[in-house]
Amino acid sequence: MSTFDLTKSSVRELNAALHTLKDDTNDTLWSVLNPNGEHSIAAGVDAAVAINVQGSVGYFCGGMNKRANIVVDGSAGQGVGENMMSGRIHVKGDASQSAGATGRGGLLIVDGNASARCGISMKGIDIIVKGDVGHLSAFMGQNGRLVVFGEAGEALGDSIYEARLFVRGPVAGLGADCIEKPMRDEHKAELIELLAASGQDHKVDVAEFRRYGSARKLYNFNIDNAGAY
Amino acid sequence: MTSHERNWVPTTPRKSATFDDYTLSEIRRASLTGIYDIRGGGSKRRLPNFDDLVLLGASMSRYPLEGYREKCGTDVTLGTRFAKKPIKLKIPVTIAGMSFGSLSANAKEALGRGASLAGTSTTTGDGGMTPEERGQSETLVYQYLPSRYGMNPDDLRRADAIEIVIGQGAKPGGGGMLLGQKISDRVAEMRQLPKGIDQRSACRHPDWTGADDLEIKINELREITDWEKPIYLKVGASRPYFDVALAVKSGADVVVLDGMQGGTAATQEVFIEHVGIPLLSAIRPAVQALQDLGMHRKVQLVVSGGIRNGADVAKALALGADAVAIGSAALVALGDNDPKWEREYAKLGSTAGAYDDWHEGRDPAGITTQTPELSQRLDPVIAGRRLANYLKVMTLEAQTLARACGKNHLHNLEPEDLAALTLDAAAMARIPLAGTNWIPGGV
Ligand SMILES: Cc1cc2nc3c(=O)[nH]c(=O)nc-3n(C[C@H](O)[C@H](O)[C@H](O)COP(=O)(O)O)c2cc1C
Repeated sequence: MSTFDLTKSSVRELNAALHTLKDDTNDTLWSVLNPNGEHSIAAGVDAAVAINVQGSVGYFCGGMNKRANIVVDGSAGQGVGENMMSGRIHVKGDASQSAGATGRGGLLIVDGNASARCGISMKGIDIIVKGDVGHLSAFMGQNGRLVVFGEAGEALGDSIYEARLFVRGPVAGLGADCIEKPMRDEHKAELIELLAASGQDHKVDVAEFRRYGSARKLYNFNIDNAGAY
Repeated sequence: MTSHERNWVPTTPRKSATFDDYTLSEIRRASLTGIYDIRGGGSKRRLPNFDDLVLLGASMSRYPLEGYREKCGTDVTLGTRFAKKPIKLKIPVTIAGMSFGSLSANAKEALGRGASLAGTSTTTGDGGMTPEERGQSETLVYQYLPSRYGMNPDDLRRADAIEIVIGQGAKPGGGGMLLGQKISDRVAEMRQLPKGIDQRSACRHPDWTGADDLEIKINELREITDWEKPIYLKVGASRPYFDVALAVKSGADVVVLDGMQGGTAATQEVFIEHVGIPLLSAIRPAVQALQDLGMHRKVQLVVSGGIRNGADVAKALALGADAVAIGSAALVALGDNDPKWEREYAKLGSTAGAYDDWHEGRDPAGITTQTPELSQRLDPVIAGRRLANYLKVMTLEAQTLARACGKNHLHNLEPEDLAALTLDAAAMARIPLAGTNWIPGGV
C-alpha cells in the first residue's frame, strides 16, 4: 500500500504519482492522509486502483476520474467527481454543490446530503445521494441517473434532456420541462438493479421513489412555449 | 384637369433612415414567424474598426527596414507563465475555436491543415475534438466550454493547450445554439444528445462561479494534465480591464479577447448586434490591465473579432496584443460565401457575401453543414492550402507595415506607430487623432 501524507507532500506530487500508474500496477491500494480540504485530490486518475482519502477534501476531488475507486472519509467540496468517466467515488459525508457535474460514467455515492446543482449537466453518470439534494439538481441533465433517498430542492431537472431522476422524498419544485413520470415495474427493476450494483439495496424500498424526467416539450423551439424558458 | 391635379408636383419617395428596408423586413419577418432572427457570422453594421487607424511609417526621426531583405520576425510563444510546454507559433495569426457541429468534419480538417502548413494553431469548439482535426493539426487548442460536450481527460491530454471559454464577442453572456437540422448522428453522439433536437449549450460553467473558483478550476486542469499545457481564458469584450485583471488573478497563461464583431455559428441577431464592445475599444484597456499588474508579455493577449488582413494584424499588435485569432476570415479562405455558388445562395433567398443562415445546415459551400452531399464539396486538402496561402499573405502584409515602421519584429510595433482617422477611434484606441497630439478623453 502507498501512503501519501499531505502535510508532508503536495497534491501535485500525489497526482503526479497516481498519473504514472500503469495498467499492470501492483500498487493498487492508496491511502491519502490529512487531506485538510485541499483541492483537486486524485484528479485525472486513469487506473483501476483504490484510493482512500482519510478526511475532507476541497474542490474537484476525483475530477475526470477513470476507473479508480475513490473513497472520501469525510465531506467533499464543490464539483466532486466532475466529468468523471468511469470508476466509483464514495463520499461518506456531505458533498458541496455541483457534485458529479457533467459526469459521463461511473458511480458517485454521497452518504450525506449534496448541495445545489448535484448532477448538473450529467451525461451518463449514476449518482446516489442518501440524503437530500439542493436546488437545480440535474439541470440540463443529458443522460444517466440521479437517485435521491431524501428530498430535492427547487427547480429539479430544469431544462432536462434524457437524464432519469428518482427521488424518494418531497420535491420542492420541478424545473422547466421536467415532469413526474409513472414509476412502472420496469423502472422499479432498474432502480433495484442500480442499488444492488452499488451495494445500496435493502436500505430503501424502491416502491417509495417517484420518477422524474423530460417532457421533451422544449426540444424544438415552439413559440407557444416561450413562456417556459 | 382638376385644380388638384394641376397643383400636384412629384417628390422623390423618401424612405426612413430609422425604418430602413432591413428593419421593415425584420418587423414583417418577426410578425409572421413569432421568433427572433437567428443567424451566423458577426456584427454586420459599421463599427469603429482598424480601418480607422493608420500606421505612421518611418520619417526623418524613424529608420525603415528594407522590404524582403531585412528580417522582420513573426514568431510568438504563448503560455510562458506556468505551463511546462508553451506553444511556439511561426506567425501571430491563429485559428479561432469553431465547433465540429457548426462546421463539417471536412471544414475542421481543412482548418487544421491550413494552420499547420502556416505554422500556427487551430482550436476545437463547442462539440469536442474530432480525430480529423487532431490528426491534421500540429498545434491544437482544446476548448473547455460550459456545455463540456465531448470533454474527456484523454482529449485534454492530447491537446497542446486548453482554452477555457467564458464568453465570445458575438454574445458575451450567451450560450451556444445548434439547431436540430445540424444534429446528425455523429454530432448527437459526440454531444450525448438525442438526434434532431435544438441544442442549447449553457452560458455558465456548471461547476464554478467567479474568479476565486476559476482559479481552483484552472489548477484542477493543470493537475489533470500535469502542468504541461498552457491554459488560455477566452472572454467576450465587454469589461476588458476587469476581465483581463481577473483572468490574470485566476492564473491564466493566455487571455483571448474577442470583440463584438466576432463571428458565431448561430446566435440571435439582437445579441450579435447589441451586446459587447468593438475590438478596437477593448485592446487598450486589456493591455492596461496587464501592464498595471506587471504582466504584459508575460500573460499573452490574443485578440479576435473582425480581423481581415495584415493591416489589422499589425495594428492589433501595435496596440499591445501578442497575437490575433481569425474565425470568419478563415472560413472565407476555405470557400465560404464564394460567388461560384451564387445560384444556390439565391435559391436560399440570399446572395454570396450575405449568406448567414449557417444554423440551417444548408451551406452551398459545404462548410457550415452536416449534410454529406454538401460537406463533400469541400476538399480539405485544397481548402487547407487556400487557408495557408491566406495566412501567409496576412503575415507578409503585417511584415511590410512593420518594416515601414522600422521594426525587426512584429511585436516591436507600438501605439506610437499609429494615428487615428476618426474621433471615435482616437478615443477608443487611445491614439492621437491624425495630425494632432490629441486623444479625446486623455490617455
Ligand atoms: C462557425 C463559427 C463557430 C464558432 N464556434 C465557436 C465555439 O465553439 N467556441 C468559441 O469559443 N467560439 C466560437 N466561435 C467564435 C470564434 O472562436 C471567434 O471568436 C470569432 O470567430 C472571431 O471573430 P471573427 O469571426 O470576426 O474572426 C465560432 C465562430 C464561428 C464563425
